[in-house]
Amino acid sequence: MTLDLPLIWAGLIAFAVLAYVVLDGFDLGVGILFPLIRGEPHRDEAMNSVAPVWDGNETWLVLGGGGLLAVFPLAYSIIMSALYVPIIVMLLALVFRGVAFEFRWKTQRGKFLWDWAFAGGSTLAALAQGVALGALVQGIPVVGRAYAGGWWGWLTPFSILTGVALVIGYALLGATWLILKTEGHVQRRAYDIAFWVAPATLLLIGVVSLWTPLLNTIYMQRWFAWPQVLLVGVVPLAVLGTGYLLLRGLTERREAMPFLASLLLFVLCFVGLGISFFPHLVPNSVTIWEAAAPDNSLSFLLVGGVVLIPIILAYTAYAYWVFRGKVNAAGGYH
Amino acid sequence: MDSSDALTLARLQFAFTVSAHIIFPAFSIGLASFLAVLNGLWLATARAVFLDLFNYWKKIFAVVFGMGVVSGIVMSYQFGTNWSVFSDKVGPVIGPLMGYEVLSAFFLEAGFLGVMLFGRERVGPKLHLLATLMVALGTFMSAFWILAVNSWMQTPAGYAMNDVGQFVVTDWWAVIFNPSLPYRLVHMVLAAYLTTAFVVGAVGALHLLRNRTHAAARVMFSMAMWMAAIVAPVQIMAGDFHGLNTLEHQPAKVAAMEGHFETHAGVPLVLFGIPNAAAGRIDYRVAIPNLGSLILTHEWDGVVRGLNEWPADQRPPVGIVFWSFRVMVGIGFAMLGLGVWSLWMRYRRKLYDAPWLYRAAILMGPSGFAAVLAGWMVTEVGRQPYTVYGLLTTADSASPIAAAAVASSLIAFIVVYFALFGSGTFYILRLMNQPVHGHETGLPPEQPIRAGGIMPGPVMAATHVLPATEQGASS
Ligand code: HDD
Ligand code: HEM
Ligand code: HEM
Repeated sequence: MTLDLPLIWAGLIAFAVLAYVVLDGFDLGVGILFPLIRGEPHRDEAMNSVAPVWDGNETWLVLGGGGLLAVFPLAYSIIMSALYVPIIVMLLALVFRGVAFEFRWKTQRGKFLWDWAFAGGSTLAALAQGVALGALVQGIPVVGRAYAGGWWGWLTPFSILTGVALVIGYALLGATWLILKTEGHVQRRAYDIAFWVAPATLLLIGVVSLWTPLLNTIYMQRWFAWPQVLLVGVVPLAVLGTGYLLLRGLTERREAMPFLASLLLFVLCFVGLGISFFPHLVPNSVTIWEAAAPDNSLSFLLVGGVVLIPIILAYTAYAYWVFRGKVNAAGGYH
Repeated sequence: MDSSDALTLARLQFAFTVSAHIIFPAFSIGLASFLAVLNGLWLATARAVFLDLFNYWKKIFAVVFGMGVVSGIVMSYQFGTNWSVFSDKVGPVIGPLMGYEVLSAFFLEAGFLGVMLFGRERVGPKLHLLATLMVALGTFMSAFWILAVNSWMQTPAGYAMNDVGQFVVTDWWAVIFNPSLPYRLVHMVLAAYLTTAFVVGAVGALHLLRNRTHAAARVMFSMAMWMAAIVAPVQIMAGDFHGLNTLEHQPAKVAAMEGHFETHAGVPLVLFGIPNAAAGRIDYRVAIPNLGSLILTHEWDGVVRGLNEWPADQRPPVGIVFWSFRVMVGIGFAMLGLGVWSLWMRYRRKLYDAPWLYRAAILMGPSGFAAVLAGWMVTEVGRQPYTVYGLLTTADSASPIAAAAVASSLIAFIVVYFALFGSGTFYILRLMNQPVHGHETGLPPEQPIRAGGIMPGPVMAATHVLPATEQGASS
């Protein structure tokens, strides 16, 4: 028996992207909510809750991109040139918010500027990611081995919808993370915000899910063809169940449940995307096997992945363990 | 079609973004090792000055590293956005190497960075030292893999072509340890150490000028001058070997560096002059007879090939390569000079009373960055017109993107980088302008709100008792 290396790698890349979305999702979310958190000490507290881990979270983005180049170079080259504008915007936005983590503490006079860089950069990065996702879902025109559209092809009502949806979704992750990691004022504020963004997220998930199958017949088939509808139909039901847990967690003022439920929501949406995409990498044009690099490139990197990814997960978990517990604002002001 | 404009713009964009990026790693590779050494010295000797220095440079490291990360993420997506044809064709070879960089370097750095910056109180001094070492190891691994990628593009080996025109690998060992990797790796890592040493030396010198008795300033100045005295000559030798290796694999690049147009026996070493590519000669030349042959072939009358051996469209641009090379070599010898000067002052026991040496050291503070950039200009411009040397031209590598898109993103990068990295540089200089305080806690005077600078709340509470407890723990 030989291994289906492209398929394994599709799974690993999907895992990296999912890890990125949920991990950087909550720290981008904290940035998105920054303007809603008033008062310098409270903002300090919110930022401190993610400061030690954001860099590690963002590294999953590098693994997603770099991994795509390594194992699906054709898909990387088509997708990156098709989504040129949203990708560049995302990169620039990430520069703004990344430097804000350090610069914010280096000045009193200019602090508000870096607060804005953090909030604006986080929001714009999330929007650009959502738009890029929407444009990808909608499909990319390909001729030969290259992107064959213009540089504004990504801009459609659907991609704007997914952009907004991702901003709201990340805000939910950010709010529930703050519920988990803070107490007092910031936590109360996070509950208030979560009460708004949780239903909004669920609503937007619904709208995007209903719109997607209408985009083309292939998606329609993957979702509604008999008998697989019985199988894939589990996903929307699970979303409903998770939505219920999320809202209950919030009304009962539980601390961990809202965050865990939000994570699960993202995982489920991701599974849904997978159902729409599979077996394509660039929807409706390039499949996993067409895009894959030659087997020896895949197996060479797979050895590293199999050995190193568990180690990475272990020390990442260790880092989260080191910084467990509440971020205590009072501690910062002796 | 505007494809040639788009190409030029894409090249400018790549050159701009990668030049901005390399500035930070050049500093953080060296600084990470310096921090590990300080951390180790503190645990070994329990002298407070090492902990103070560690905490002082740690704050600077955090800012530099942050800028390195964000500019690096841009790089990893540039290949796809602006060089999509290159990515498709070369991805099967360089992609896995960059994948290994992410897995073995970036995660290592990022995973332990938080513990290194914020976590000493939470994990104790031993594990904290381990975290610092892991960050330093990560920066080195990162340099290793990315230089393997770059070196393979300079001196490709271990590959074949498949039926869709992609490069595929026949021998991974040959790909990674391609003929120019050892030279480039040694030369670049030494460059990073030198760059850091000269920055540290300049900061030490600045504070010694203000106060000769400042203990921490003495320690850092002395450490930096040892580095300069030892590493600068090694670097010059490494550079020489690197050049000989380049002569073997990329003779046109060396001809451009040296300003040789005609193939000759017994070529001179051109010190200065103005390359005139159109006429194929060096105007206003100042040269030492036969020395060129002696250096390049180790023979008085050795034959060295000139640029005219290659058709005009296969020659690199001469001017940039020629000048950048002289800037780099000039700085290399200036670094050596400063190192020797410091040895002399040390020998005369006047290292801590040498105002002119301090002034020179301050002047030389940024020289490492200039040399690194100049060196990369030589390397990258000198391999034109190819991205994969001799096999894939730069013109055939670019994305099918409208020139307007590349132009707008280029402008955006320039504006954003200058504004943000400019501010970062300003903050770093301001940190450096402050002396190292005894019991350095990370507390610059004008920031009363956040005593810890970058520490999260819970760590803060403990910060004030930190020097005492930690000294207790280590003795
Ligand atoms: C502090 C930095 C620094 C200093 C003082 C020097 N270099 Fe350098 N040089 C670099 C930093 C650097 C670099 C940034 O690391 C480069 C760019 C790419 C590379 O491989 O190393 C480089 C490239 C580079 C190349 C191009 C190799 C190629 O592209 O194939 C040559 C021939 C030399 N160097 C030679 C020298 C010599 C003879 C020096 C002695 C005076 C010298 N360098 C000093
Ligand atoms: C970090 C230090 C580096 C600097 C300062 C640098 C600088 C440059 C410059 C100035 C050019 C433009 C050359 C020209 O168009 O005439 C260039 C091109 C290029 N470099 Fe580098 N480079 C660096 C490292 C790398 C590395 C590590 C890689 C590969 C992984 C790389 C890949 C490329 C590619 C693909 C181009 C194509 C564009 C072109 O050739 O014009 N560079 N670089
Ligand atoms: C085109 C070439 C390059 C690409 C695509 C690239 C990519 C990246 C990326 C994605 C990061 C961020 C990692 C993170 O998330 O933590 C990064 C950081 C880093 N890169 Fe590069 N890089 C390039 C050139 C170089 C070169 C030439 C060197 C050194 C020889 C280098 C050394 C580093 C180091 C040490 C870091 C850690 C951050 C820092 O030290 O500032 N990179 N790079």
